[in-house]
Amino acid sequence: MSAYRLDYLDQLESEAIHILREVAGQFERPALLFSGGKDSITLVHLALKAFRPGKFPFPLVHIDTGHNFQEALDFRDALVQELGEKLIVRKVEDTIRTKQLTEPRGKFASRNALQTYTLLDTIEEFKFDACIGGARRDEEKARAKERIFSVRDEFGQWDPKRQRPELWNTYNGRIHKGENVRVFPISNWTELDVWNYIRREQIALPSIYFAHERPVIEHEGQLVAVSEFIQLDDTDTVLTKKVRYRTVGDMTCTAAVESAAGNIDDIIREITATKTSERGETRIDDKVSEAAMEDRKKNGYF
Amino acid sequence: MDLLRFITAGSVDDGKSTLIGRLLYDSKSIMIDQLEAIEKQSRNKEEGEIDLALLTDGLRAEREQGITIDVAYKYFSTPKRKFIIADAPGHIQYTRNMVTGASNADLAIILIDARNGVVEQTRRHSIITSLLNIPHVIVAINKMDMVNYSQDVYNNIVIDYSKVAQSLGLKDITYIPISALHGDNIVERSVRLDWYEGSSLLQFLEEVEVQRDIDLVNGRFPVQYVIRPQSDDLHDYRGYAGKIISGIYRKGDEVTIQPSGSRSTIKAIEIGGREVEEAYAPQSVVLHLNDDIDISRGDVIANNGRKPGSSQELEVLLCWMDNKPLVPGNKYLLQLNSRVVRAVVREIEYKLDVNTLQQEAYPQQAVLNDVIKVTIKTASPVPYDPYKTLRANGGAILIDETSHVTVGACMIQ
Ligand SMILES: Nc1nc2c(ncn2[C@@H]2O[C@H](COP(=O)(O)OP(=O)(O)O)[C@@H](O)[C@H]2O)c(=O)[nH]1
Repeated sequence: MSAYRLDYLDQLESEAIHILREVAGQFERPALLFSGGKDSITLVHLALKAFRPGKFPFPLVHIDTGHNFQEALDFRDALVQELGEKLIVRKVEDTIRTKQLTEPRGKFASRNALQTYTLLDTIEEFKFDACIGGARRDEEKARAKERIFSVRDEFGQWDPKRQRPELWNTYNGRIHKGENVRVFPISNWTELDVWNYIRREQIALPSIYFAHERPVIEHEGQLVAVSEFIQLDDTDTVLTKKVRYRTVGDMTCTAAVESAAGNIDDIIREITATKTSERGETRIDDKVSEAAMEDRKKNGYF
Repeated sequence: MDLLRFITAGSVDDGKSTLIGRLLYDSKSIMIDQLEAIEKQSRNKEEGEIDLALLTDGLRAEREQGITIDVAYKYFSTPKRKFIIADAPGHIQYTRNMVTGASNADLAIILIDARNGVVEQTRRHSIITSLLNIPHVIVAINKMDMVNYSQDVYNNIVIDYSKVAQSLGLKDITYIPISALHGDNIVERSVRLDWYEGSSLLQFLEEVEVQRDIDLVNGRFPVQYVIRPQSDDLHDYRGYAGKIISGIYRKGDEVTIQPSGSRSTIKAIEIGGREVEEAYAPQSVVLHLNDDIDISRGDVIANNGRKPGSSQELEVLLCWMDNKPLVPGNKYLLQLNSRVVRAVVREIEYKLDVNTLQQEAYPQQAVLNDVIKVTIKTASPVPYDPYKTLRANGGAILIDETSHVTVGACMIQ
């Protein structure tokens, strides 16, 4: 009997592959939103399992804020090269120019909010009807209620009150013209599940996930990398610390954690011991208010 | 380490949120920053200790109203298992939410307030548990601290509930007296309940056998997508991609393709690009057949076990989930796994009272949260199994053709 028992990671993997294939089966113009972070790298790995030896039935799409870690960009390009899949890059910079948007100011002026405009423009440009993303329900309370197939209106907005019931493993991807569906194949994974899967599958990650020395400043208890994108004040002291990243977002809004973890085993050991959530520890913009995430989602943020 | 999905059901204030909070808290699945946030809110509400129930409150609209209105998913794990909780609360929309959460659950925890015993809501939750055929049930008798941890109170509730369970044909029921607030019998057996001889709630959740709920004999493989690279080196490659929802498939096995009924044998099985000799539910695989047959998304490749039914007329128990009422004669789309067909809902045979199981014959229409018995006529045959026999191939959704919304959940009879 026990021979036919699936490990939890195999069950999560199979569920994610099933979801990716539902996207392929139900939509005409899907896309995989690729941020360069470990969750979207995991999605790419799952897509390989779902579709090889065929090609992906979707391009990878990167919404580039221009504030990326160089390591993440290099990794992205190398990965795409190796896969032989199509990559579409659209820059927030260009949206700011053509739409005459106002850049946020301040110490950690983040383009996170402006990303939404570029994303919506990109969806319109390519007429994408489904966008696959690596969000997980354990990340945040609002996400805990979001469906795996999450319908957005033409403004990219998510309406929690109008969600469709999602039963069994049946996904309803039918939409009106102009709407699109955000699809989250790893909804049911936790941060630790992702790391355990990365370890098991030996998935390569950008180097910034592992401990390295980096000049940083301390801001309200968080470590922020010194870069051309943040403004230093006289009161800031630049320190060189051994750090790693738990998530990879913009340099302006992703904090590093002090760590000596140089490989995945060490990272998993650290995560098991830490008692701070991934989002709480590494997102500078989320602390503002508890409802921050929910507001951004309603406005079309991924 | 494997996976267990469960749902929690209880009337308002029975302590469902507290119980979930307790499980997350005691299994150390709550992070410091999340705790800080709820501590802050708990103080705002001027309650002394931290309010574990706040952990499971989701959206702002709900927080403002102080209620939860949708299914939320929560995760925790122990060294033995990963757990996925579908938290399906709510008031008016309760049936819809609970049906949604229950559809994937291996187990239901039905909460009873020890002071109130079996109430109408308990019956309703049990009826839905039985309709959705959840394989395992825990009846958690909560707030034992408020009845002096009395064994008599517990025994009387067990006797009352047994009658409900019997009338519904619920199997595999386990009773556990608990106090979610104080943690009695949640992780550890409580000394205050030393007359109780079973496992603690968490122990039970860790040990309940769910693997045998999967039918490994009668194989069903709904095709989701056909992989055809059509490149020079893979010119003849034609793989059927999908998830095995029941059964075991082996290289060389005879298979039948439904609804066409054509037959073939398995040439090869791949998992993630690697060839294997056999594969089983719930693995996602690619199947290759020895014959060149026209197979596309929505077809079911069945093994040599029992044949699936194939019909254009389905008797179903239907839970209506839309704000607009169901009007018999209207056209919908029926989706069963990857198969989507046009469908017409015929006359409503009866409406089921989910509190009493009483049947009201031939109602004119059905509204949100109604459970009704109808016949659905489909435009082409649907390979199915009765829901009670094979859940994975007996649950379908109805979709409104014009709004595209999921309006109903069908349990095929
Ligand atoms: N004394 C006692 N109170 C409890 C227990 N479980 C929950 N409560 C209280 O009952 C009230 C309702 O609990 P809550 O978890 O919000 O109920 P829900 O509506 O089912 O989610 C709260 O004030 C809890 O503190 C228990 O085991 N003992």
